[in-house]
Amino acid sequence: MGAIARAWSRSWDSDIAYAFRHSPTAVISAMVALVCIVGAVAAPVLAPYNPFDLASLDLMDAFNPPAFMEEGSMAHPIGTDDQGRDVLSAIMYGARMSLFVGVSATAFALLLGVLLGLLAGYAGGTVDAVLMRIADVQLTFPNILIALLVDGVARAALPRDLHDQIAVYVVIFAIGISDWPRFARTVRGSAMVERNKEYVLAARVIGIGPARIMLTHVLPNVLGPLLVLATLNLGLAIISEATLSFLGVGLPQTQPSLGTLIRIGNDFLFSGEWWITVFPGVALIAMVLSVNLLGDWLRDALNPRLR
Amino acid sequence: MAAPLLEVRDLVVEFPGRRGTLRALDKVSFDIAPGEVLGMVGESGAGKSMTGAAIIGLLEPPGRIAGGSISLAGQRIDNLSAREIRRIRGKRIGAIFQDPLTTLNPLYTVGDQLMETMRTHLDIDAAEARRRAIGWLEAVGIPAAADRIQAYPHQFSGGMRQRVVIALALCAEPELVVADEPTTALDVSVQAQVIALLKRLTREKGTSVMLITHDMGVIAETADRVAVMYAGRVAEIGPVRSVVKAAAHPYSAGLMASIPPLSHRVDRLPQIDGAMPRLTAIPQGCAYNPRCPHVFDRCKLERPELLPAVETRAACWLFDSHAPRERAHA
Amino acid sequence: MPAFVLSRILQALPVMLAVAFIAFTLFTFVGDPIATMLGQEFSVAQRDALVAALGLDQPVPVQFLRFIGNALRGEFGLSYRLSRPVSALIAERAPATLELAFCASVVALVVGLPAGVYTGLYPRSIVSRAFLTFSLVGVSLPTFLIGSLLILVFSVWLGWLPSFGRGDTVQLGWWSTGFLTASGLKALILPSITLGLFQLTLILRLVRSEMLEVMRSDYVKFARARGLRDSAIHFGHALRNTLVPVITIVGLQLGSIIAFSIVTETVFQWPGMGLLFIQSVSSADIPVMAAYLLLISAVFVTINLVVDLLYYAVDPRLRAGGGH
Repeated sequence: MGAIARAWSRSWDSDIAYAFRHSPTAVISAMVALVCIVGAVAAPVLAPYNPFDLASLDLMDAFNPPAFMEEGSMAHPIGTDDQGRDVLSAIMYGARMSLFVGVSATAFALLLGVLLGLLAGYAGGTVDAVLMRIADVQLTFPNILIALLVDGVARAALPRDLHDQIAVYVVIFAIGISDWPRFARTVRGSAMVERNKEYVLAARVIGIGPARIMLTHVLPNVLGPLLVLATLNLGLAIISEATLSFLGVGLPQTQPSLGTLIRIGNDFLFSGEWWITVFPGVALIAMVLSVNLLGDWLRDALNPRLR
Repeated sequence: MAAPLLEVRDLVVEFPGRRGTLRALDKVSFDIAPGEVLGMVGESGAGKSMTGAAIIGLLEPPGRIAGGSISLAGQRIDNLSAREIRRIRGKRIGAIFQDPLTTLNPLYTVGDQLMETMRTHLDIDAAEARRRAIGWLEAVGIPAAADRIQAYPHQFSGGMRQRVVIALALCAEPELVVADEPTTALDVSVQAQVIALLKRLTREKGTSVMLITHDMGVIAETADRVAVMYAGRVAEIGPVRSVVKAAAHPYSAGLMASIPPLSHRVDRLPQIDGAMPRLTAIPQGCAYNPRCPHVFDRCKLERPELLPAVETRAACWLFDSHAPRERAHA
Repeated sequence: MPAFVLSRILQALPVMLAVAFIAFTLFTFVGDPIATMLGQEFSVAQRDALVAALGLDQPVPVQFLRFIGNALRGEFGLSYRLSRPVSALIAERAPATLELAFCASVVALVVGLPAGVYTGLYPRSIVSRAFLTFSLVGVSLPTFLIGSLLILVFSVWLGWLPSFGRGDTVQLGWWSTGFLTASGLKALILPSITLGLFQLTLILRLVRSEMLEVMRSDYVKFARARGLRDSAIHFGHALRNTLVPVITIVGLQLGSIIAFSIVTETVFQWPGMGLLFIQSVSSADIPVMAAYLLLISAVFVTINLVVDLLYYAVDPRLRAGGGH
């Protein structure tokens, strides 16, 4: 375990911390991301209202505009939607769902990808060829399509109620399945390089199991690129989930994410209640943009050639 | 003596960086006469390639010329606009780089690259360019030149490729060629041929050559004079035979002594203790003083200019006529 | 050269077969076509008749072969939702999607390529930085949000452009085109920008990073050392070397435009194959899903093949097959 910790600290040398402190975009996007995350995670505590507690809704409150327009009030700083739900609270809860799905899907893709990548890289031969062929084929298709397909199949195969209950997990699975190849390829590349090194051969001779070799030697070397990939993937996963929800095949209405909110608000664009769509949209952009900026910065910071 | 073709005076090259400014070249001065081959030797990082890059005007940013002057045939070229420098490059100063595989564009035929270069600088039409391109390929010793003119770089062997590069460097008929490690990437068996070719062609056309290399054998064969670089400064400069046989500067002497001789047996190769200082940590005074066996107080305080020393000029206080001191000459 | 082409085609076949198998599995085993088609109450005789007609009583490999045979003839069965032949539905919707995809690609290439080249050559200029910021935002914005915002600005607030449908179309044989009417062209604008924006930013960033890489290469340094003109270096050497890898990736991206049209068509209610697909996913309309899957796979595989061949044609190192 000490080897892992040492390797970890090696890949976070002070140059990175220095570069971080001196890059305004990195600091700002980290702060924005932090605000989004805190607001999302602590929604039940921080949100002024619980927009999904049906008892607290009052249709008389419906369609209140934001506070900076006339007829708006600070009680609902960015307005209410067609059912009287406070948009700010809805955004916080929605962001929570978006983040949850995004992080879970990325984690799933990461785990699956790392596992399969290590397997392919270390075992080599047919195992490697088969796995990589699957990955290649999957990579030629945009992941929205794959996610849609998985979701569609689940929808067709499961009875309606069951599907609604586990919709969140179906979505996480769908997005995760569509993203694993990228992680797998990165890890596989690293694994293949390490596999041929002499200390690995030596370890095998002594009888150390391949799992331990992978964990202590391959993983630390590939942590950097994996981190960059995961950060960038997080942005994409959040967008994928939002897209699925917007299309009506993601999360159900009872657990809306930012994408669902945008879809609901879309119906009211023409009647003038633009805030129901725009503010969730802004929240989504802020979250994804800050994550992407962080990922971009991280990639440049970890790229030795650009330093 | 004829006026020198290239005059470099007190050239300073700096790299402004995050942690302070790095001086890669610190007041480098030398001349190259017309038709002369000047060798530039030194360890990695001593500043030989940097000097070549500065002369062609291809310093990698943020590197820049921070002082001194470079003059070609009496005209200053270090302070020209980008357009003016472009006109000089290729036409008056040619360049040869180390790795012929990456130096040639893989997507263009050899003939195309030759013709393009010639038509940029010489006032000739396409047909004439083609004729001359074939002529150049023949001159550098490529068989079946008329066919090979349509070949791509990857279809040549390493030695052949470097010959093409030589042709490209010379085809616009420059007055000076800067050759940066031209044989380092080649097989040993091919190196001699390529160097001989370069020497012959430049002698025929009267082109001067600045030959940058760490291979003393190549220098001894090809150069008329040689400059020894150390830590971004010129340590010694003089005729090749003099520097090789009777180097005056302690560093050059150590360098020459560490080359294994063919004529007699040695049990141990002499070596110089220590290492060349990093550019961020150059000692005060003479850069070589921490390692010099003849060091005395003045060496640690004042940096020496190039002083006349027997057959060469050396940047060493041992040769200061105002402060005579017995030299313990090994 | 023919060996190369042949091997690529041979590699594509198993992929298609695998996809066909997945589509077939979907088609046969997921959901209950009988119940969907016959409704709640049906007699045993009706059921048997339908089973025989659909060939559902045959062994699985035979069914698979039938499936492939049918697919090659364009016969995909009936849509559960609309009870019309799937092939007819797709044929109806295809022109809308293809025209949209074409316009989006044009937008993406016409803006993205030159912008990418410019930001690659002059990375520190203000225009470049503006482009880069814009591209970063473009990558972070989901397509549907772009569509919604464009609708908000240009349809709701400014009222200049329509927000749904194709406008008036002209029928040319079995192809309906929106290029020939003013309203058709106006209807194409917002959806094309929406669909093309993501590709645009991708192309821009790709071309830029390739250009930066190439401009740092040894052969560009040598070209400059030979005193070649800037235009010759930028467009002759740098651009040509940049385009080789860019072609591959752009080609592959063109395929995903067709897939992303799903979102754009939903936002703009564009009557294309994407909208059809989404509707089929929501209503578990398996035949349409399977057919769409097969079709899209065929398109992708073909695009991959064409791109591979293009690469081969453009890069002499692959062609000559020699060298040392």
